[in-house]
Amino acid sequence: MNKIKSFIIAIYAFAGSMMLTGCEHLVLIQSKGEIGQDERDLIFTALFLMLLVVIPVIIMTVVFAYRYRASNTKATYDPHFHHSNKIEVAIWGIPIIIVGILGIIIWKTTHKLDPYRPLEHENKPVVVQVVALDWKWLFIYPDHNVATINYLELPVNTPVQFKVTADAPMNSFMIPQLGGQIYAMAGMQTQLHLIASEEGIYDGRGYGFSGAGFNGMHFKAHVVSQDEFDNWVNQTKSSPELTTDVYKQLVQPSEYVQPQFFGSVSNNLFDDIMMKFMMPGMEDMSSMSSN
Amino acid sequence: MIDFLGRLNWDAIPIHEPPAIIAGGGMVGGALLAVLLVTYFKKWGYLWREWFTSVDHKKIGVMYIIVAIIMLLRGFADAALMRTQQAISVGSNYGFLPPDHYDQIFTAHGVIMIFFVAMPLVIGLMNIVVPLQIGARDVAFPYLNSLSFWLFMIGVVLVMLSLIVGSFAQTGWVAYAPLSENQFSPGVGMDYYIWSLQISGIGTTISGINFFVTILKMRCPGMTLMKMPVFTWTALCSNILIIISFPMLTAAIAMLTLDRYLDFHFFTNEFGGDPMLYVNLIWAWGHPEVYILVLPVFGVFSEVTSTFSRKTLFGYATMVYATAAITILSFIVWLHHFFTMGAGANVNAFFGIATTIIAIPTGVKIFNWLFTMYRGRITFTAPMYFTIGFIITFSVGGMTGVLLAVPGADFVLHNSLFVIAHFHNVIIGGVVFGVMAGLTFWCPKAFGFKMNEKFGKLSFWFWLVGFYIAFMPLYVLGFMGATRRLSHYDASTGWHPLFVIAFIGMLIIAVGIGFQVLQIVVSVWKAKENQDYTGDPWDGRTLEWSTMSPPPFYNFAHVPHVDSLEPWWDHKHGKKIFPENKPYEAIHMPKNTGIGVLIGLFGFFLGFGLIWYIWWLVIASGIGIFACIVARSFDQDIDYWVSAEEVERVEKELSLRREKA
Repeated sequence: MNKIKSFIIAIYAFAGSMMLTGCEHLVLIQSKGEIGQDERDLIFTALFLMLLVVIPVIIMTVVFAYRYRASNTKATYDPHFHHSNKIEVAIWGIPIIIVGILGIIIWKTTHKLDPYRPLEHENKPVVVQVVALDWKWLFIYPDHNVATINYLELPVNTPVQFKVTADAPMNSFMIPQLGGQIYAMAGMQTQLHLIASEEGIYDGRGYGFSGAGFNGMHFKAHVVSQDEFDNWVNQTKSSPELTTDVYKQLVQPSEYVQPQFFGSVSNNLFDDIMMKFMMPGMEDMSSMSSN
Repeated sequence: MIDFLGRLNWDAIPIHEPPAIIAGGGMVGGALLAVLLVTYFKKWGYLWREWFTSVDHKKIGVMYIIVAIIMLLRGFADAALMRTQQAISVGSNYGFLPPDHYDQIFTAHGVIMIFFVAMPLVIGLMNIVVPLQIGARDVAFPYLNSLSFWLFMIGVVLVMLSLIVGSFAQTGWVAYAPLSENQFSPGVGMDYYIWSLQISGIGTTISGINFFVTILKMRCPGMTLMKMPVFTWTALCSNILIIISFPMLTAAIAMLTLDRYLDFHFFTNEFGGDPMLYVNLIWAWGHPEVYILVLPVFGVFSEVTSTFSRKTLFGYATMVYATAAITILSFIVWLHHFFTMGAGANVNAFFGIATTIIAIPTGVKIFNWLFTMYRGRITFTAPMYFTIGFIITFSVGGMTGVLLAVPGADFVLHNSLFVIAHFHNVIIGGVVFGVMAGLTFWCPKAFGFKMNEKFGKLSFWFWLVGFYIAFMPLYVLGFMGATRRLSHYDASTGWHPLFVIAFIGMLIIAVGIGFQVLQIVVSVWKAKENQDYTGDPWDGRTLEWSTMSPPPFYNFAHVPHVDSLEPWWDHKHGKKIFPENKPYEAIHMPKNTGIGVLIGLFGFFLGFGLIWYIWWLVIASGIGIFACIVARSFDQDIDYWVSAEEVERVEKELSLRREKA
C-alpha cells in the first residue's frame, strides 16, 4: 500500500516538476518585450475565437455519433433529411462571422506587428546589422563600430532595429522571447524591430534550415541596462578589428561557433556584403579594403 | 571508364554508413525476394499480361495503392529514425545520425510521404472509384493512365535507389534555393530529388488531364454535373488543381535544373538570381497540392458518412459549392507559407485573410457531415471510426492552421515544430484517415472481399492515440522555440521530455501500422470468409455498388441511365436504372499495351543518366522514349470489341457465383 502511495506521489512530483520546468521553457508565452507579448496575446485571442466553433463541433460529433448509433432505435431516423434552410444559414453564417471578426483582427495586427514598422519610443533605437553565415550569426553595431559572432548585447527598454542579410543560404533570424522573425537573404536587406522590457539572457536561433551546421546556429541575446550596454561597448572596443581578411575567414563554413568580438569594423562591411551579389565581379571585396 | 559512367563510381555505394547500408540492404533483399518468389511461382507472364501492361483503371488503381503502402513503410521508417534521433540527441549526446544523414532522412520523409504515398493513394482511389461512380467503362485515355503510373514508378525507383547508389537531397522537402543550388548542394542528392519529382510530376499532370476529361465527358446518360457523386466532384476539383498547379512545379524544378546543369542563375544568390522567386513558385504549387490531397478524402468521408448513417448526404449542393470555393481559394493563399520573408503588411494581411476565408467552406463541410449523421442510423464500421476520428482531429488541425494564417501569430510560430504538428494534424487526421476509410470502404469493390474489421479498428485506435501522443508535444515544443529540422539541441532548452513523449507516440503509430499490415494479410488470407458476392456489401447508394465485386473488366454490361443523385439506392427502391431483359451488346474496349512500361524503363535510365552525368545513356534513353511515342502514335491496333456472346458468358459466370453464395 505504501509502495503504491509513494509511487503515486512520485508520479505527481514528476508531473508537477515537468509542468513547472515546462512553463519556464515556454518561451513564446514568457515574452519579454512588447512585440512578443502582442504576438502571444494575438495567438490566444485567435485561438479563443476559433474554439467557439471547434469545441461545439467536437461535442456534436461525439453526441451525434452516440445518439444516432444503429442500436439506439429510440432515436429519430429520418433518411430523407438532407436539407434545411435554417441549418444552412447557421453553418455558413457562424464561420462567416468568426472569420469576419478574425479578418478585422488580422488586418489591424498585421499592420501593427509589421516587422518593418519602427517602434515609437522615447529612446533612440539601437541599430544592429545581422548577417547569416554558414553557420553562425554576425552582428554589426554600425553606430558603435563593434561587431560580434553569435552574441548579442542589447539595452533594455530601447527599440532595436535589426537590418538582416545573408552571405549563405536563406535563413530566418529570431529571438523567440522578444518576438517574431524575419528571413535573412543574400543580396538584400530585411528589417525587424523589437524591444525588450526586462533584463535577462534570451535564446536566439536560426529558424530557417540552412544546411548541415544548422543545429549550432544559436546565440544568446543579453539584455542589460543602458550603462552596462555602454560599458560592454567600451570593453569590446579593445577587441581586434573585423577586417576584410577576417571576414573572409568567417564566411567559411563552421559549426557551433563560440562568441567572438570585434572592436572595430571596416567601413560599409554590411553594404559590401549585400552588394557583392549584385556585382559578382567584385567578389574580392576590394571596395572594402580601399576604405 | 570514369567518363563512361559520368560521376558514378564505387564511392557512391555508402559502405561506410551503417544505417544506409542496413536500410539499403533490406530494400535490395526485399526486392530480390520478390523477384525470386515471382520466378519460382512462374508468375512473370501473368504479371506482365494482367497487370504491368494493363490499361484497366481498376488494376492501375490497385498498383498505385500497393506501391503507396510499400512506400508508406519506407516513409514511416524515416519518421521513426527522426523521432529516435531527436529523443536521444540532447546535450553531450549527438545521437546516431550525423546531420548530413539526418537531413537526407527528413527530406526523403517529406518527399516520399507527399509524392509517393499520399498522391498515389489518392490517385489510386480515384482510379478505382471514379469510372465506376460515373457509369463509365474506363478512363478517357486508358494508355495515358498506364503511362502515368509508370512515370510515377520512375520517381519511386529513383528515390529508393538513392539509398544505395549515391545519396538523397539534404534540403527539406521543398528544397529552397539557394540551399538547393550547386554552391551549397553540389552532390547527386539534389539531382535525385529533381529527376524523381520532375518525371513523376509529368505523370501526375497527365493523370490530372485524364481524369478531368473522364469526368467531364464520360458520365453515363442522365448524370448531370449536379447528379455526380460527391467523391467524383471532389476528384474533379482535385484534378483541376493538378492541371493548374503541377505545371508550376515542373517549371520551378526546370529552372532549378537549368541553374544546376547549365549554370543559369534563376535562383542563385549571385548574378541577380532570386531565391524568393523559387519560394513563391514552389508554394504556388505547394498550397494547391495539399488540397489536391485533401479534397478527394473529403469526398470519401461524404460517401462513408452517408452510407453508414443510412441517409442521403446533408447539403449536397452546399458540399459541391464548398469544394469549388476551396478549389479557387487555394490559388490565392500561397504567401502564407512565408509571411516572414518581408512582404509588406498589406500583402501579408491580404494573404492571411484569404487563408482564413478557406475555413468557411471547410467548416461548412464539417457541419454537413455532422448533419448527415444527425437523425441517421449509424453502423460503426472501421471506415466510420476513421470518419469520426477525422472530424475531431481535423477540427483541431484546421484551427491551428487558421492560427498560422494570422500573420502576427505566424511571425513567432513559423518554421517551428508547431507547423510540423499542424500539418501532420491535417494530413494524418485528414488524408491518412480518409484514405484508410476509403480503402476499407472500397476494398470489397476492388477485390471482392471485405477487410478484416477487428484489425481495422485496432489499427484506427493505435493511429489515433499514437497521433495525439506523437504530435501534441510538437505543438508545445513550437511554443518552446524548437525549430523544425534540428538533429541536436541543448539540454537547457527543456525540450527533451516532450521529444521522448513524441517518440512514444511514434511507437504507438508503429503498432497501428503493424495492425494495418496484419489487417491486409489476414483479409487476403481469409478472403473466402469475407467474400462479397452481392457487389453491394454496405447497402450503397451510388453506381459503383450496382456492378459485381470485383467488377468485370468492362465494368457495366449495360450502361446505366440515371436521373437522380443516388441512382443505385433508388434502383433498389423501385426506380430502375438498368434496362430489363435487354440483349447484351458488343462492348468497345482498349487493348493492353506495354508502351507505358517501356517508356517507364527508358525514363528511368534517362533520369539515372541525368543524375550521374552519363550522357550516352541520356541520349540513348531519350531516343528510346521518342521511338516508343512514335510507335504508339502510328499503332492503329489499340482497341477491340468484346462480343455480345462474350459479355453474356461473363455475366452468366458472375451471376452463377452470386447464386452459389
